[in-house]
Amino acid sequence: MNLATDYCGIELSSPLVVGASPLVDDLDVVKRLEDNGASAIVMRSLFQEQIERESMNTFAQIEGHAHMSAEALSFFPDTDDYVLGPHNHIDQLAKLKAAVSIPVIASLNGTTPGGWLEYAKLMQDAGADALELNFYELAADFDRSGADIENELVAIVEELGRATTIPISVKLSPFWSSLPHLAKRLVAAGAKGLVLFNRFYQADIDVEELEYENRLQLSHSRDLLLRLRAIAILRGRLDMSLICTGGAHTVQDLVKALMSGADAVQFVAALLTRGPEHLKTLRDGLEIWMAEHGHESLDGLRGNMSLERCPDPHALLRGNYAQLLRSWTADREGFYS
Amino acid sequence: MSELRRIMVDGNEAVALVAHKCSEVLAIYPITPSSAMGEHADLWSAKGQKNLWGTVPDVVEMQSEGGAAGALHGSLQAGAITSSFTASQGLLLKIPNLYKIAGELTPFVLHVAARTLATHALSIFGDHSDVMACRQTGMAMLCAGSVQEAHDFALISLAASLRTRLPFLHFFDGFRTSHEVAKITAIPDDVMLAMLPDALLHDHRVRALDPDRPVIRGTAQNPDTFFQAREAANGYYDRCPAETEAVMGEFERLTGRSYSLCDYEGHPEAERVIVLMGSGAETASETVQQLAAQGERVGVVKVRLYRPFPSEQLLRALPNTTRSIAVLDRTKEPGAQADPLLLDVRSALVDAEQEERLPFKQRPRVVGGRYGLASKEFTPGMVAAVFEELKAERPKSRFTIGIVDDVTHHSLAWTEVPERAKGVRAIFFGLGSDGTVGANKNSIKIIGEDTKLEAQGYFVYDSKKSGAMTISHLRFGPERIRSSYLIQSASFVACHQWAFLDKIDMLEKAERGATFLVNSPFGPDEVWDRLTREVQQDILDKGIRLYVIDAVKVARDAGMGNRINTVMQTCFFAISGVLPRFDAIEAIKASIRKTYGRRGQEVVKRNFDAVDASIDHLYEVTIPQTVTATRTRPPIVSDEAPDHIRRVAAVMLAGKGDALPVSAFPVDGTWPLSSSRWEKRRIAHEVPVWSPDVCIQCNQCAFVCPHATIRAKVYDESALASAPADFLHVDYKAKDFRGSQYTIQVAPEDCTGCGLCVEICPAKDKTNPRHKAINMTPVADVLEVERQRWDFFTGLPEKDLSEIERIDAKSTQLLQPLFEFSGACAGCGETPYVKLMTQLFGDRALIANATGCSSIYGGNLPTTPYCTDDNGRGPAWANSLFEDNAEFGLGFRLALDKHRQQALELLSVHRALVGDELFDAIEHCNQTTREGILEMRRHVAQLLERLAGHPEAARLAEFASHLVQKSVWLVGGDGWAYDIGYGGLDHVLSMDRNINVLVLDTEVYSNTGGQSSKATPLGASAKFAISGRSIGKKDLALEAMSYGHVYVARVAFGANYNQTVKAFVEAESYPGPSLILAYSPCIAHGYDLRFGVEQTKLAVETGYWPLFRYDPRRAATGAPGLELDSREPKKELAAFMNNETRFRMVERMDPERYRRLQKQAQVEADRRFSLYQQLAEIKIPVGQSSEGGEA
Repeated sequence: MNLATDYCGIELSSPLVVGASPLVDDLDVVKRLEDNGASAIVMRSLFQEQIERESMNTFAQIEGHAHMSAEALSFFPDTDDYVLGPHNHIDQLAKLKAAVSIPVIASLNGTTPGGWLEYAKLMQDAGADALELNFYELAADFDRSGADIENELVAIVEELGRATTIPISVKLSPFWSSLPHLAKRLVAAGAKGLVLFNRFYQADIDVEELEYENRLQLSHSRDLLLRLRAIAILRGRLDMSLICTGGAHTVQDLVKALMSGADAVQFVAALLTRGPEHLKTLRDGLEIWMAEHGHESLDGLRGNMSLERCPDPHALLRGNYAQLLRSWTADREGFYS
Repeated sequence: MSELRRIMVDGNEAVALVAHKCSEVLAIYPITPSSAMGEHADLWSAKGQKNLWGTVPDVVEMQSEGGAAGALHGSLQAGAITSSFTASQGLLLKIPNLYKIAGELTPFVLHVAARTLATHALSIFGDHSDVMACRQTGMAMLCAGSVQEAHDFALISLAASLRTRLPFLHFFDGFRTSHEVAKITAIPDDVMLAMLPDALLHDHRVRALDPDRPVIRGTAQNPDTFFQAREAANGYYDRCPAETEAVMGEFERLTGRSYSLCDYEGHPEAERVIVLMGSGAETASETVQQLAAQGERVGVVKVRLYRPFPSEQLLRALPNTTRSIAVLDRTKEPGAQADPLLLDVRSALVDAEQEERLPFKQRPRVVGGRYGLASKEFTPGMVAAVFEELKAERPKSRFTIGIVDDVTHHSLAWTEVPERAKGVRAIFFGLGSDGTVGANKNSIKIIGEDTKLEAQGYFVYDSKKSGAMTISHLRFGPERIRSSYLIQSASFVACHQWAFLDKIDMLEKAERGATFLVNSPFGPDEVWDRLTREVQQDILDKGIRLYVIDAVKVARDAGMGNRINTVMQTCFFAISGVLPRFDAIEAIKASIRKTYGRRGQEVVKRNFDAVDASIDHLYEVTIPQTVTATRTRPPIVSDEAPDHIRRVAAVMLAGKGDALPVSAFPVDGTWPLSSSRWEKRRIAHEVPVWSPDVCIQCNQCAFVCPHATIRAKVYDESALASAPADFLHVDYKAKDFRGSQYTIQVAPEDCTGCGLCVEICPAKDKTNPRHKAINMTPVADVLEVERQRWDFFTGLPEKDLSEIERIDAKSTQLLQPLFEFSGACAGCGETPYVKLMTQLFGDRALIANATGCSSIYGGNLPTTPYCTDDNGRGPAWANSLFEDNAEFGLGFRLALDKHRQQALELLSVHRALVGDELFDAIEHCNQTTREGILEMRRHVAQLLERLAGHPEAARLAEFASHLVQKSVWLVGGDGWAYDIGYGGLDHVLSMDRNINVLVLDTEVYSNTGGQSSKATPLGASAKFAISGRSIGKKDLALEAMSYGHVYVARVAFGANYNQTVKAFVEAESYPGPSLILAYSPCIAHGYDLRFGVEQTKLAVETGYWPLFRYDPRRAATGAPGLELDSREPKKELAAFMNNETRFRMVERMDPERYRRLQKQAQVEADRRFSLYQQLAEIKIPVGQSSEGGEA
């Protein structure tokens, strides 16, 4: 069975990719992931805010108290060895790269152009095979239009392209007015793939303490549908890889993602809950399913339910909405009772 | 001669560069102003930098200077080339070993940044009183007067020591030389190697103790032989001057820099000569050159080698035309016939006269003067005044110069002389935290290293730890700079903080046509009208050019917060023209990249943005023809302040303390309390403002406030009769004072704006939870109204402890703090404990305070935060030393107990006069409660009434107040308790006296800048433990508990306020020794102290700092003595550690090591918690336990 697929120009042995997560912190776990059939791993994200805040914070803590007292010109050893920035992250990337033979994809998370983009070069130098730009922005600025935000994203991709030679994919949130248009611009800017979709951190409210609290909430299979639709729309129209992330847990999920047009599928939640060995279950399951359905390779399967090729495009777009409305009857839903 | 390398360094670094290259072992202990030498050496060794002989020197931090001296003595005996650095009290602690090292003729160099010894007061500043206390030890002594000399003499002293076998004390003036940044020529390694030939090193090593060729040293000798043996080494001292001179000759051959034991400069036929040592000699030389050029027959002899005293060289140095000599000493020996250098010079002349080899045409008159104590300025004007005095027929035989002595009239009058050297002389007034000094150091480095100009920087700091002012003095010019004094005539003045313009006379030193750069919130069109009349007048009178920039805005827009330094630095270069503008900006950027590059790209980018935006926002102001302002500079203190505050403190606060005459001061260093309240420093940009309707009246804000600027009061409604209309108050909710009114009030002019109170405020407005019961508000919006409210609030009646039903965190905050508005850091974690102690026991407390942060914010003049209550009672406070605080505090108790005992004895003697009823009442008065204390005070008042008019009972009357139980507190930091004072503390705890020890544990030497102590935790980086401490913190509590009779508590107020209060009350009530270890967040931990309480909670929740109380009284009942007050850790230690820079540094330097240390720290924390858990279960059968309660 040939499961090979193209991921932003890199050939992978299968579409089963480990998404950005803490799974890659432990080299032993990474080895297990590889042994169980991961075709690539995405490194945990390096966050723009994290780099900048630690940098500025430490600057403030160290420099803010220096040279202010005759007795204490500083409060910390003035060592050059204490370097702030992404170096630990880069070191870990290099270690990962050395530990496995599958491609390692580095991940950068940020929203505004700045010094942090230089870290992409360091990632490339450390051996990253590709770069995933995680553009995560919750719009809260009343003076910035959607176009402004898109322009910024495109500018970042262009800048990354200038700084590096490895393929760049962009991980997006679902909330864009016209994802196909944006995707087209990103391809023009040099992106080789789209990773759909980022899952928002959705802070919950503590009603007693009147505080927001952030809890990590893992994805469910039901989260998949949003991704399937977007991938199905984009499939076949742009020269870029489409990667599904967020909601794929089962073999069925994997097959659906491929059918809608994904070149690869990233798994995180499923592996966090079921362990690295779950990858083998997924891979074996996919092979069985393909055999049962007469597929020799992914080619026959990939994108067969995309907007371009599905039997009823209307059902994918507005149609399914209209259909749902049509199938609703007042008495069945108890409207008059 | 090797290629010249010019570098910009301060004196400490200049010395450390040589000492590190030329040592195998360095044993040190931090003390101002020498700490940086050890820190440099430690850093270089940590980085693997090798010495001349290819090995990395071993740098060891000991528990005290005494310990360091022992270690280096041992290292010398075992044959290593060993050095050390110290100053002041630290040098005194080394003296016993110095005698030994000298007596054993051991080559060794001790580098000393000479500093004042504590007498009537401590001073961290420079003079020769410490080194002069060593002149009898047998050490050779070599004195450097400039940064270059300190660098050169560091090598010359070691080379001479190896040749002469005499140990050398190499000294230079603390601060003036140790902290002056100057352009020097570095000594290349090959010169060092040539000066230190292997043969001499070999000689040293073969004298080492070695079991292969064993000898014994340090024997005991009897009357028959000691004396002769002591004289046996005379020849070494006799030969030392000539040999040292030979070493200087060798040095000159290798470097071209010429020195002799006594250097003369001046008119070849001088008649009047000043003899002195140290940095003052540079100023004297500079002045002499000017005066001699004008034809004055004056000269200066700079004594380099002070021991063995080079009499012959001195006589050779003095021109034979000399008619009068003024010997200037930078030390004071009260009661001595003369200060030491004067004695030596006179003695040399007398000897020569007796031996008929006086080289002079006529016997010169020799007088002595004292100058420069504790870094008092020594200026050309003062030098000129001394020469003027020498003109007199009968010059004063003893005088002082630099002060006005209107009591004993020893002082000479002087007039300051304007500076005339070519170049730029710039003074910058900055805020401690705005980066001014750092930027200026950077500027002189740029100019010194990138241009041919000479450069010098000197920095003056005030003693506050929050809102401190820094004044930078920078000189640049084509000629060698020898001015070892503050700038007298400034061509450039920069005000980096607008508010300072109202506080000090900033243009006092500005010369005609000077440039004045002001960081102003007001633009070029508005700024003139905002200046005071005084400033406008100065600008007009002196023809000053005025430039403004809103640096705060530029810095904020660039994302730099309040760090305005790069903005102001850019403006300085843009206006001053020291460098072409483009070159200057490139140089600033290059240096930003170099300095901050390792702090991350973002830091560099934002600094660059600030630089780029600066010039666009810099404006020259068009100056009107006349003064237009109606506003004058506001008074420094209120007219309502007491006389001594207005007469003395206010002058010091205005930066004019130098002008105060001798008569202004107490003769014995005794000062009154309640002075900080008059400062009104107004350093906060935002202050908390109370919302009564949201408040839940928990008083936590008052509890955590490090500066006692936010307070709670409960009072009767009738007290509001004269309240200002908008005074805020609500009904008090709790039942203890039901029916009363309640107010939370901030002192807007004393608040530092740290935000700790708002951060911990648990009350939220339910409709707008962002709004709490207190909210930070721009001070400009509320200053007037809050000031009025505060004034009224302070007049509301205070509660007495006796009125409090239940003593807990909340109720203690209704008590008046007798510790307020200290100069501690914003967010300080120590001061809330000190404040709490004064709230509970302040009116009967004696505090012995170890040297450290708490003694600086507690007792650094001109003001003290300790204050009195309405009855005039308050903490009586004193600082002795760093190392002896436990013993010092014990001494308080010994005296109090003795006096109380005498009072009781005399009471029995005078029983008839006292009367049985009062006698019994006094004898049976139980003072373990507040009621008991008040009752005893009433008895004592009654007793004194009865004793009045009975001279036979005068002694009882004198001792009567001792019948009231006093509370003795021994306060200090971990450096004291864990390290230097540990031996004494341990001894005091081993006794049965009633003392209370409060250890403010910041886990590092905070005051001297973050050196590792035995309280520094595993995994944390600190100076002298750069790669992260691999050994766990000492468990002082466990050690103290091992005695059984000591009350021990570990507290952390942010995690459990009530447990803290309980511990203080229990400790104080326990009639034996008590030890409280108080977790104290500190800027040396490296996080925003606004979150200090949150981090403290984590410290307890992760088991980093378990809370407990061990009470021998409880143990005596058969119950477990230890009560564990924290729950089993529910979070991993990493959650705590990852928040603090001191730990994260280690992770950043070596992630593997950090992971290991973190794991180890977790194991250690788990182990310790388990141990405490088990101890909390241990019951010792009654009858076998300690009778601690009877102590």
